[in-house]
Amino acid sequence: MQFLISMHINPAVLDALTDEEKQALGEGHGKFMADCKASGEFVLTQALTDPSQAAVVSVRNGQPVVTDGPFLEAKEFLGGYYLVDVENRERAIELAAQIPDAGIEGLGVEVRQVMFSDGQLEA
Amino acid sequence: MSDSTDPREGFEDLLRELAPQVLGVLVRRYGQFEGCEDAVQEAVLAASVQWPAEGVPDNPRGWLVAVASRRLIDQMRSEHARRERESALAAEQAAEPAPEDVPDADDTLILLFLCCHPTLTAASQTALTLRAVGGLTTAEIARAFLVPESTMAARISRAKQKIKAAGGTFTLPEAAEREERLRVVLHVLYLIFNEGYIASSGGELSRADLAREAIRLVRMVHAQLPEDGEVSGLLALMLLTHARRDARTTPSGDLVPLDEQDRSAWDRGLIDEGTALVKASLADTTLGPYQLQAAIAATHASAATAADTNWKQVYALYLVLERIAPNPMVTLNRAIALAELEGPEAGLDLLATLDGDERMARHHRLLSVRAHLLEKTGDTSGAYELYRRAAKATASLAEQRYLEGRASRVKP
Repeated sequence: MQFLISMHINPAVLDALTDEEKQALGEGHGKFMADCKASGEFVLTQALTDPSQAAVVSVRNGQPVVTDGPFLEAKEFLGGYYLVDVENRERAIELAAQIPDAGIEGLGVEVRQVMFSDGQLEA
Repeated sequence: MSDSTDPREGFEDLLRELAPQVLGVLVRRYGQFEGCEDAVQEAVLAASVQWPAEGVPDNPRGWLVAVASRRLIDQMRSEHARRERESALAAEQAAEPAPEDVPDADDTLILLFLCCHPTLTAASQTALTLRAVGGLTTAEIARAFLVPESTMAARISRAKQKIKAAGGTFTLPEAAEREERLRVVLHVLYLIFNEGYIASSGGELSRADLAREAIRLVRMVHAQLPEDGEVSGLLALMLLTHARRDARTTPSGDLVPLDEQDRSAWDRGLIDEGTALVKASLADTTLGPYQLQAAIAATHASAATAADTNWKQVYALYLVLERIAPNPMVTLNRAIALAELEGPEAGLDLLATLDGDERMARHHRLLSVRAHLLEKTGDTSGAYELYRRAAKATASLAEQRYLEGRASRVKP
């Protein structure tokens, strides 16, 4: 079964990390991806640009209205995700715990099962 | 059973029948299951390109053995360049299939035991079984499980490494552990069938190819072990379940519950075969969980209408099943039968015994069965709440649509 492990980042928390901590974070993600690929559980990952670059689109009276910035006025934003194909929910949670963000106060790692998929998986 | 008109189907069936035999011959000759399995996969791929264009060779198995052997030798050469002379010698031997290279009748069973090695996860066992015994390509397996081919390739290669590390060999397990290992094999085949029958996620309810493949594999096991009651039971259960495939969804993909299915759309041929298997195995052997589940499916299949269902028999069978293989899901199904016999309150009382099980308490099946029974008692607002919660808890889109439909029917 497939699970989306999403990483909810807080830019202020990330900015406050030391260079060493930032480097460890990057290396941790690299190791996580390598392990996940070797075990045959990796499907896809994507990281998103800074929330300040987001645009919110709505359509009113048939006309699109575009506003800059993220939809939610929050401290945390969706920073990226891993899509994994695993044995069960417990394994997805076990994998989520290996993501370095899970060890940093103020960053959120969320696990949710996929209900429907479509599209090209061979990225 | 084939409902495809693809002209390639004929030789693909042949290829997939031959694949485990060729693998057996190779492993017997060279040892090293991992390398042989890769080589056979390459030979199968080569055949699927060459045979449609040039025709099936006179001796297709010999062709596959020769090609796979050559691939294996190439592999060994590149891995052990310094032992080139020995490899060259082996390559000469491999060019012509030796006359004694007749597949052993046990090969398929031995391969299944190896692919379903207990150290592997179920996901790895199913993938490796489909490739090494089912003769499917990595790409086909990846598509069936909706993962990238590279993911499936890594999973299969990791599985083979694990088997090697665990000391798995190409021999039948010792008699003492054979029974237990066979249960693992049957469980893996059951999982493959289920994956085809109801996708654990995704919008498509039925992936009939995996179900058919599981049936084909169980038939192979049954041919080797016709006296094993649980093998017969599993085959019967699959046939009886597969017989309902066309009736269980509407053309638009909506789920149709058992009591509302058009029974004239059930496949009588499969039902007859499955029922005969259950009857024979129940008479001959000690009872196991697959035989009992098949007997329950046969009871449903024998009812001309939902109202004609012999619920007394269904209840009794669930009671025995619960005794030999206790499981909250079995209790839940017994509660459905009990509600049919003694009314929805009796069913609800039995369901209440499952609330202590933390995982069960929020399981969508418990929520939806309780909703059904509450609806029957006339508690529509209670039923509405539970249908809604069940709809939120399921990971199946079709089931969610069905549950939301039930909820709106009883909306207060």
